[in-house]
Amino acid sequence: MAAFRFLRESPLSARIGMAIVLINIAAAILAPVIAPHGESQVVGDVWLPMSRDFPLGTDQLGRDLLTRLIYGARNTIALAFLITALSFLMGSICGFLAATIGKWTDQVLSRLVDILMAFPTLIFALMVLSVVGTSITALVVVIALLDSTRVFRLSRAVAMDIGVLEFVEAARLRGEGTWWVMTQEILPNALPPLVAEFGLRFCFVFLFIAALSFLGLGIQPPAADWGGMVRENAGAITFGIFTPLWPAGAIAFLTVGVNLIVDWFLHVASGLKEG
Amino acid sequence: MPHLLKIEHLFIEAESDQKTKQIVKGIHLTLHRGEVLGLIGESGAGKSTIGLAAMGFSRQGCRIVSGSIVFDGQELFGAPREALRKIWGARIAYVAQSAAASFNPAHRLIKQYMEAPLQHGLMSSEEAKENAVDMYRRLLLPDPEKIGYRYPHQVSGGQLQRAMVAMAMSCQPDIIVFDEPTTALDVTTQVEVLAAIKYITTQFRTAAIYISHDLAVVAQLADRIMVLRYGELVEENDARTMLANPRKEYTRKLLSVRMLRKTKNLSDQKDDVILDIQGVTASYTGQNNVLENINLTIRKGRNVALVGESGSGKSTLARVITGLLPPVQGRIFFKGKELSPNLKSRNREELQKLQMIYQMPDTALNPRHRIRKILGRPLEFYFGMNRKQREERIRELLTQIELPESFIDRFPTELSGGEKQRICIARALAAEPELIICDEVTSALDQLVAEGILHLLQGLQDQLKVSYLFITHDLATVKAIADEIVVMFQGQIVEQGTKKEILTPPHHEYTELLLSSVPEMDPDWLDNLLKARKSGRAKIKPHEIIPRGSLENLPRPAG
Repeated sequence: MAAFRFLRESPLSARIGMAIVLINIAAAILAPVIAPHGESQVVGDVWLPMSRDFPLGTDQLGRDLLTRLIYGARNTIALAFLITALSFLMGSICGFLAATIGKWTDQVLSRLVDILMAFPTLIFALMVLSVVGTSITALVVVIALLDSTRVFRLSRAVAMDIGVLEFVEAARLRGEGTWWVMTQEILPNALPPLVAEFGLRFCFVFLFIAALSFLGLGIQPPAADWGGMVRENAGAITFGIFTPLWPAGAIAFLTVGVNLIVDWFLHVASGLKEG
Repeated sequence: MPHLLKIEHLFIEAESDQKTKQIVKGIHLTLHRGEVLGLIGESGAGKSTIGLAAMGFSRQGCRIVSGSIVFDGQELFGAPREALRKIWGARIAYVAQSAAASFNPAHRLIKQYMEAPLQHGLMSSEEAKENAVDMYRRLLLPDPEKIGYRYPHQVSGGQLQRAMVAMAMSCQPDIIVFDEPTTALDVTTQVEVLAAIKYITTQFRTAAIYISHDLAVVAQLADRIMVLRYGELVEENDARTMLANPRKEYTRKLLSVRMLRKTKNLSDQKDDVILDIQGVTASYTGQNNVLENINLTIRKGRNVALVGESGSGKSTLARVITGLLPPVQGRIFFKGKELSPNLKSRNREELQKLQMIYQMPDTALNPRHRIRKILGRPLEFYFGMNRKQREERIRELLTQIELPESFIDRFPTELSGGEKQRICIARALAAEPELIICDEVTSALDQLVAEGILHLLQGLQDQLKVSYLFITHDLATVKAIADEIVVMFQGQIVEQGTKKEILTPPHHEYTELLLSSVPEMDPDWLDNLLKARKSGRAKIKPHEIIPRGSLENLPRPAG
């Protein structure tokens, strides 16, 4: 009931955001049902304009673009979500540990992260992926690891700020262990900035997958993904064909949707509402 | 004589969460040239808002709805920003509570002093500099020629606040609004700032609005006092008349000197020592000792007040006792058993018997936990109570701290400051401790709320025979509730004994300075004190009691 009321009181911007995200998720889940053609089925000529048969035209191999977009949502969103979730799990646990225990744990973890961050992420990812191969698992683990360094930094800083507050000291004086302090005292208070960051990182991961796909190391063809579709059709722009703008637009659309929700959540959770 | 400032029918609204609330309800206020008006009230009384409105300004989120604010014949309400800007700084100046937060940390003091006169085109840069040095000298700042070239962090809190007063005087304004200028300061530094303000108002005949929650402070400066509550006027009168003869019950309450405790029977028994601190020396860096050779005994059911100014090491002592800061040297015994210096190696029972209550109830309670969890956790943690037992005990605790049982489902943010502090007390009580360390538990609260908390603590002590180590800088509180007093200065105990011993002369020099610096409800107190200190009749002078080098000459602990 509380959740229902919470949703009902949400502002228009958040509702738009939720609608966008829901549309994308629905498309991803129902892809085989709603897509007019097969994922990598060649149905017509190359770069056909919009028509009744092909609502968004066809791509560089003559596949239906709308179908590719719907299947692309499936691959890209699921993957980006998985990666972001994993990177937050790793990053925030390590960040909280570093902040709560401090001393050596903090030193070791922080320096490790420094080392990871010293490499340009793209080059690091290229290096690892070309060694271990471009399986989905490798992709997920590598991007999540690289991304978790940023999450580590943020969650450590946030946890440090919270850790000096007296209610945390009170918990320590009570004799509570590290796990309680982390999960019960720090985590609930660190949630607002972390959630905001989640939305942001989700978008970055999205773009990162696209970048890797662009370089041929991301999601492998013929599976559809939005970043890859932009790359594959990029050449069309020079001929005045706007096919690559559709997947690019889809990326932007979802990014905006996610951020609208995050903004609202941040507003509520940070207590700005109470004024 | 026409009024310098005349405010009529002032209504101010504050907006939060799309709801508007009236915070100033139809205030009338007049100020003559050279007059000092004191605004008194608790937080939420609207005194700061009125002070700012006198400049034609309202904080973000606030809105002056109606009324008129006439300054020297000019209407400020609704006046264009340009016109107001000509007045601000030049004719009406403002001194904020926290000088440290009001100065720009990146610029030297004198540059900030010169800003207003230059901006308003009143002086040349050279004149402004000379002027600044002159003003620094008049306000008795040390080394007036050079102090202006320091950055704000390079001078002490009291000096900074005086530099702020000097800055407000840079354009020789007609009115200065002082918004709690001494609230954040220690009593001994407060005297210096009060003297500076008194000097300004008498010497330059500058009119002032002095805002404070402390009637005794206002009494020293104000010619006339307005008592405010919930944005309305409670009482207005000539300062002396009001102090001698307050008409309203509320004013009387503010005036009433706290005296809660009858002297207890303090006969010593050998076996009732709860906490025994022996020769404790502590340091944060390993080089400078924050505490030097502290010896302290707390007996069962006693209230030991630890008094000292900021930086005296009293909170550090609390950290040492709780095990957050292991001492360099010395031992701590709890009921005859030695406590491990480190928190981590203390067992659950030791932790349970020793609880702590903090200064800021806002940060001492996890804002994401309901009261049920805040109070339930120690019950579960120490006594392994199940859900039903906990529920019962929490309700018992809530009754004990005089809060309704329905608070069990609330979050801390839904409570007032005083209520939050009560929850903190209940959390400590939940552990069934034998000693509670109270670290400045009333300093963040309004006077009347604080009094309620002190009453509660005292009632609980009588009932449960728990001991308190009561850390405070507020001597009025100490006088009200302590059984024994320990005076600390620069990490050392300068004097300790029963309340009677400490409060009856002869005093240690520092105790004397402290005691004499506490403002009294006597309008002549400041004048008399300053006269006495100037003529050297008073035995003590600030900053001369303990020569700076003397601490270094004390025997150092090995290592």
